[in-house]
Amino acid sequence: MLWTGAEVEMEGNGQGPVVEVRDLVKRYRKAKANAVDGVSFAVRRGEVFGLLGPNGAGKTTTVGILTTRVRRTGGTASVSGVDVGTDPVRARSLVAVVPQRNNLDRSLSIRQNLLFHAAYHGVPAAERTRRADALLEEFGLAERADDKPDMFSGGQAQRVMVARALMHAPEVLFLDEPTTGLDPAARLFVWDRVRDLKARGVTIVLTTHDMDEATELADRVGIMDHGKLLALDTPAALTRGLPGRTTLEVAVALDGVGADGLLDELARLHGVERVEQVAAPGGLRARLYLTGEAPQLVAPVAAVVAGHRAKLTDVAIGIPSLEDVFIALTGRTLR
Amino acid sequence: MTTTTSRSPSPAATGAPRAAASPARAFLAVLWRDLYVTGRELPVFLAQVVLQPLFLLFVFGKVLADLGFTQPGYTRVLFPGIVALTAFVTGLQSTAFPLVIDFSFTKEIEDRLLAPLPVGMVAVEKVVFASLRALLAALVMLPVGVWILGSIPWRSSGVPLFVTVLVLGCLVGSCLGMIMGTAVPPNRINVMFALILTPLLFTGASQYPWASLDHLPWFQVVTALNPLTYVSEGMRAALVPEVPHMRPWVSVLVLTVTIVVSLAVGIRLFLRRAID
Repeated sequence: MLWTGAEVEMEGNGQGPVVEVRDLVKRYRKAKANAVDGVSFAVRRGEVFGLLGPNGAGKTTTVGILTTRVRRTGGTASVSGVDVGTDPVRARSLVAVVPQRNNLDRSLSIRQNLLFHAAYHGVPAAERTRRADALLEEFGLAERADDKPDMFSGGQAQRVMVARALMHAPEVLFLDEPTTGLDPAARLFVWDRVRDLKARGVTIVLTTHDMDEATELADRVGIMDHGKLLALDTPAALTRGLPGRTTLEVAVALDGVGADGLLDELARLHGVERVEQVAAPGGLRARLYLTGEAPQLVAPVAAVVAGHRAKLTDVAIGIPSLEDVFIALTGRTLR
Repeated sequence: MTTTTSRSPSPAATGAPRAAASPARAFLAVLWRDLYVTGRELPVFLAQVVLQPLFLLFVFGKVLADLGFTQPGYTRVLFPGIVALTAFVTGLQSTAFPLVIDFSFTKEIEDRLLAPLPVGMVAVEKVVFASLRALLAALVMLPVGVWILGSIPWRSSGVPLFVTVLVLGCLVGSCLGMIMGTAVPPNRINVMFALILTPLLFTGASQYPWASLDHLPWFQVVTALNPLTYVSEGMRAALVPEVPHMRPWVSVLVLTVTIVVSLAVGIRLFLRRAID
């Protein structure tokens, strides 16, 4: 299930992975356990790669190592072939980070934040101005370009930080929990920007504890917990690998008919793994865990219910989510 | 260092190739950022750093002298000490305060820690920048001294030593400030600054010549431990050689050693805060 760098290299486009992590380990000073504990993965050029896991899973530490802010304890990590541990200076010109917290320069205006960032990275003056103007426009910041960041909301600051990160044209953009704490509109804006960046071919690594975000944005998702990478695949493949996680929930008006026979017969239907009665006032509510596709079972279920002279009042299909994948892997919920 | 322009097409926002980043250029850009911000707030900056020495000079050099509480020659002892104090304290505050705030609260420094230069160079930039601020503040004390005292002790043959000690004084303050700014835990800032800064101000021989402490041997030992003492004494050697003072080479040597050691320690502490 796990991708390794070697597999990616064999993909035939002639390019190695942009980000490559092998057996990465990080133990913080005085910590009892490894924050990152033998993680390996590779990110292809142009890919949006998601690291999904609860707080403390090791996602931010992994990103910290790749962006040279955290010193690894073991393993290797490289960006475009540059080892981030042994050549951090060169690695820093290849990566850009949008951190969880607003770290904009409060002494500078928004435009100056962008311009100085590019200057640190050696972008020539004329080119800096051109890029800043283009990005400010694109991110809807042109009118506030001369404002200081103090007065910006979380979502606006986030936008500025993404724009700033793009000023030196990084090979990989790291987004650490890009929408945590944002209101729904700001969240959607960030999602749109990520899709735009992907369309432009920017390689993105994002961390999140939000399964919707991972499903929406990531081409592939690595699920992390306790410093380990538990699974890595496309969101669809991850959920497909969960037998009995697609569900069909039915509500039945019994009209005095006994429920037991009905439930037994439902459980015997082809494609049903097991049946669970759900507490519901007035009538019967049952959840069928399926091994196959839910729509194909609606008709057989209706037939069984009709055969018992009961009435079907509601049907709901439950598609497994990454949350279910996480529960299946760890026995816990994401939050 | 030249880097990666020849790398595969860069997925830039703008589609343009990546610029050749170099640590030297990054260093200058980071320094320029700090100078730019200070330059824009120059009046505020000067008020901030000059007000305290100005009042010290006014009360001890003018008011007490006019009221007859100090001996006639005291302003000649005091003035070089105040210039030393200004250089030292401005340097110290210009590294310590911003670093505490940056590392503990605003995290603004992160953008510079991610610039393509060694992290230790970011620390060096902080020292260079703080020293430039300290230099400016100390030089402003010259006209301030003329204005308050009417005249200041000055002799052209002392200028080389004056400049040497001034630069060393700025550097030593900045280096010690970096140790403070990176070693003090965020929840202790207020207490630590009170406990460290105030004693430093008054045990640095800026208001009295060190040799005159013969009568107070324990205090003479305490002051000998404060690097500011060597700045004050060096300043007196340059400007008022008739006042008893330490030999200039002692001042210069002690300051140089202190700078080297505290810079090394400061960079280590800085790296520890900057990289986990």
